Amino acid sequence: MTARSLRDVVEDTAAHLYVWALKDIPQDLRDALGAARARETSVTGQRVLETIVRNVEVAEQERNLVCQDTGIAVYYCRVGERFPLHPARIYEALRAGTERATLEHPLRSNTVHTLTRESTGANVGFRVPIVHWDFVPDWDGLDVKCVPKGSGSENMSFLKMCVPADGVRGIKRFVLDSIVGAGGKPCPPGIVGVGIGGSADYAMHLAKEAIARPVGTRNPDPEVARLEEELYELLNETGVGPMGLGGDVTVLACHVEHADTHMTLNPVAVNYQCWAARRASAHVAADGTVAYDRDA
Amino acid sequence: MARHELTFPIADPAQILKLRAGDEVVVQGHIIGIRDRTQIRIFDHGVEPPMDLRGAFLLHTAPNVRKVGPGRYEKLCIGTTTSARMVRFTEGLGGRYGVRAICGKGGFPDEAIEPMRRLGMVYLAIVGGAAALETTQIEEIEEVAWEELMPECLWRFRVRDFGPLTVGIDAHGNSLYRDVQARAREKLEEIYARL
Repeated sequence: MTARSLRDVVEDTAAHLYVWALKDIPQDLRDALGAARARETSVTGQRVLETIVRNVEVAEQERNLVCQDTGIAVYYCRVGERFPLHPARIYEALRAGTERATLEHPLRSNTVHTLTRESTGANVGFRVPIVHWDFVPDWDGLDVKCVPKGSGSENMSFLKMCVPADGVRGIKRFVLDSIVGAGGKPCPPGIVGVGIGGSADYAMHLAKEAIARPVGTRNPDPEVARLEEELYELLNETGVGPMGLGGDVTVLACHVEHADTHMTLNPVAVNYQCWAARRASAHVAADGTVAYDRDA
Repeated sequence: MARHELTFPIADPAQILKLRAGDEVVVQGHIIGIRDRTQIRIFDHGVEPPMDLRGAFLLHTAPNVRKVGPGRYEKLCIGTTTSARMVRFTEGLGGRYGVRAICGKGGFPDEAIEPMRRLGMVYLAIVGGAAALETTQIEEIEEVAWEELMPECLWRFRVRDFGPLTVGIDAHGNSLYRDVQARAREKLEEIYARL
């Protein structure tokens, strides 16, 4: 396959993933929303969760978007060392695919210049879409995950440079405080992404990576997984509830990603993902074959 | 908790006074879509809105639409945005223009409670993100003003069985958001003590 046509394949894949993510939420999320509806006991909370579950069904019947916020396009790429298209060209293709999907569907365009607030195009602009890269040795494939990120939840992002003496307790307090403070604004019950360690910017990067995981998956490090479970339980004790109107279910999951850090650093970042936690993935092989993956 | 059906624009303010925080509301009639830039133009740039807002139900929205002719738009996907960013316009909307209900997602902070009580207004909470369902409840886009602010124009929609909505802040000084926050803060103190 020529480099030119592989670029087209990646563009088509991005265009498909963006629209697919917006219309058809993954099964793990559907299951989590169904379970939330089953265990919620407050009247307003039940009303909200009932409406959410109904909305997911209506989106399917009407082939419409689950949520009107088409988000800011974020992609996670894992590029094999022998994948025959350079990341510079992969970026071009992701950008072109995002733009094409926006114009063809059409989708609402959200991107603006950050100072003038003037629209910069069809969900593309300077440094948009946002693409995160991982490089994999001894491999010739490409994994692409599209996460259209809504602003209601992204506006509820928080960073604190805790000090080492604050310990794990400081981390827990900051997460709890952030989510209670966010109230109904990020469309709870959603996924709380927590990034700990690294540096200030890297902690937030990890928090974002955490929200992109399938709902309720556990960090492979048992210490971190225990923190995920404890935070999940504590967050649901706060009573913030569905859409912040009060109730038993405040979050569907809490995911934590971590990195080692400096001995005098203890950064903690929180990134919220709304209940409409949209994501869609594909694997592109070196020969241009595309396999879409609902579970990744 | 009662269930109410209201038709907007509303002529009788007593209908708003019947609503209590936590009640369920379903809406018929006409509603007006409005967002950040629309309200910045009205209040910060002093431009009079070219639609009558008396007795109105405002929806915080920036819809996905398709243009089908001059000033004519077809709905694609219409949902609701976070209200808190726009709380500072509450007083002007109620006092100067006679708006009766503001509908959005995520709630209004406590600074909205007093003007809503004084001016006989309510905040109605929709389920954020449930845009596919919301779109089916909007029958038609009847009028659009300020198209240059697309998608943050002033929109007039005809709706049928719009909801379910929950009264988040009523016209009697009650707010579900304030109550939930107060209880959550108490709970946090208890949690912090055992961490």
